[in-house]
Amino acid sequence: MSLVIDQLRQQCLPEVMRSLGSAVYGVVLNDQKSVAALQPQLYAAPYKVPPAAPVLYIKPKNTFTQNNAQVTLPTNERSVEVAASLALVIGQRTTAVTADQALAHIAGIGLVADLSLPHNSYYRPAIREKCFDGALPIADALISIDDSAAIGQLCLETYINNTLVKSHKLDNLVRSAEQLLADVSAYMSLRPADILLLGVSYQAPQAKVGDKVTVSIAGRSEVSFTIEQGEQR
Amino acid sequence: MKHGRIYHNGGIVQVTEENSRVRLASGRLLDEKYVQWLPPLEPGTVFALGLNYADHAAELSFKAPEKPLVFLKGANAITAHRCITRRPADVTYMHYECELAVVIGKEAKNVCREDAYDYVAGYTIANDYAFRDYLENYYRPNLRVKNRDHCTPLGPWLVDRQDIADPMQLNLYTYINGVKTQQGSTSDMVFDIPALIVYLSEFMTLSPGDIILTGTPTGIADTQPGDEIITEIEGLGQLINTVVDDKTWFESN
Repeated sequence: MSLVIDQLRQQCLPEVMRSLGSAVYGVVLNDQKSVAALQPQLYAAPYKVPPAAPVLYIKPKNTFTQNNAQVTLPTNERSVEVAASLALVIGQRTTAVTADQALAHIAGIGLVADLSLPHNSYYRPAIREKCFDGALPIADALISIDDSAAIGQLCLETYINNTLVKSHKLDNLVRSAEQLLADVSAYMSLRPADILLLGVSYQAPQAKVGDKVTVSIAGRSEVSFTIEQGEQR
Repeated sequence: MKHGRIYHNGGIVQVTEENSRVRLASGRLLDEKYVQWLPPLEPGTVFALGLNYADHAAELSFKAPEKPLVFLKGANAITAHRCITRRPADVTYMHYECELAVVIGKEAKNVCREDAYDYVAGYTIANDYAFRDYLENYYRPNLRVKNRDHCTPLGPWLVDRQDIADPMQLNLYTYINGVKTQQGSTSDMVFDIPALIVYLSEFMTLSPGDIILTGTPTGIADTQPGDEIITEIEGLGQLINTVVDDKTWFESN
């Protein structure tokens, strides 16, 4: 077992990520329900055709935060989309792997709240919307996993002010965990402690300034945070 | 001063430039052609700008954007001076982009325009290759076009901010096998360096080692396996890269 995998499994995940300089890649339009909701638009301008490759974005290090964080929104923003997602946490260098080999490269599964300022276009990279400080609360623990069927059985729950607002599983993906890792690593190497998120729901629940949010996998992992108001101009 | 990093005698060492040669801390000088270059710093968050020169935007049939068109890169994309970049066999158009790279020197949040340069450590050169066959209209330019392994050479030198009198008045050039194919000036940027630091630091904290690639002027051209691409910026030096085919790439990796 490598030192990095031990570190990932035994220590607080966001702290290991910060110390190792993890890269985090997210994906939109990776669940059938979101794609179906947007289907007619994907044939219209500016997209013209549905995506052929995974639609990826990056969550840089300034977004990493951990349990009980206060997340301050950018200037003049009042609400934020909270997309619970699972993280494939890379355990060993992953370059051009096949789907068969993919999950052997994973140290475990993490849990995140992938925050975005509401935006209605996927045309241009959404940097301000997705990369503001604190936009990725990360649960401490890593869940060990045997196969992708088990990943699809994990139930993600989102609570706002202690009320359950969304409960879903990642069991209806466009690309399964192993297929996504194969398609991404075909051109982009992932290093130990890098993360590939499995996808966010189109129009995830919105939280507003003052709300307390918890994202959890019942009994196994959770991360809570509050939404604070930024500067008003 | 110009600072670099090379792999030398079993370790990573910091070097400086002296009369176009590589100076070790001991004072010994090495020929820059025969050292194993590394990127001049361990990159933090890497930002890149699309359509940040009006003439290049026109070349791609776009209007210059009203706010900066920013995208991000992972560390996997970065490679060093005198290294190779792969052109996959199915690509029909792979073009270079000579860009001024701004390296952040201290933590920056909510920076005002007047203070922006205080947060700059220095400058280097990036060649931000694009593989246009893979363009899709989702988070465009998408990662498959812009974040391929080793598709962004960086270096060779990190030049101290104090050594560049006006970074907004630098000529940029690209040469394919010695023939000049791109020429421009940083004075033609749509959003200048202070504007980019103000824009980004409004919603995110910039850290030392973060890098902003500020976009490329007009004059892009296709590159073929075997081509030597030199991207040059006045006062910063020349960054050399060789485009290779799949076979050469896989034999050396």
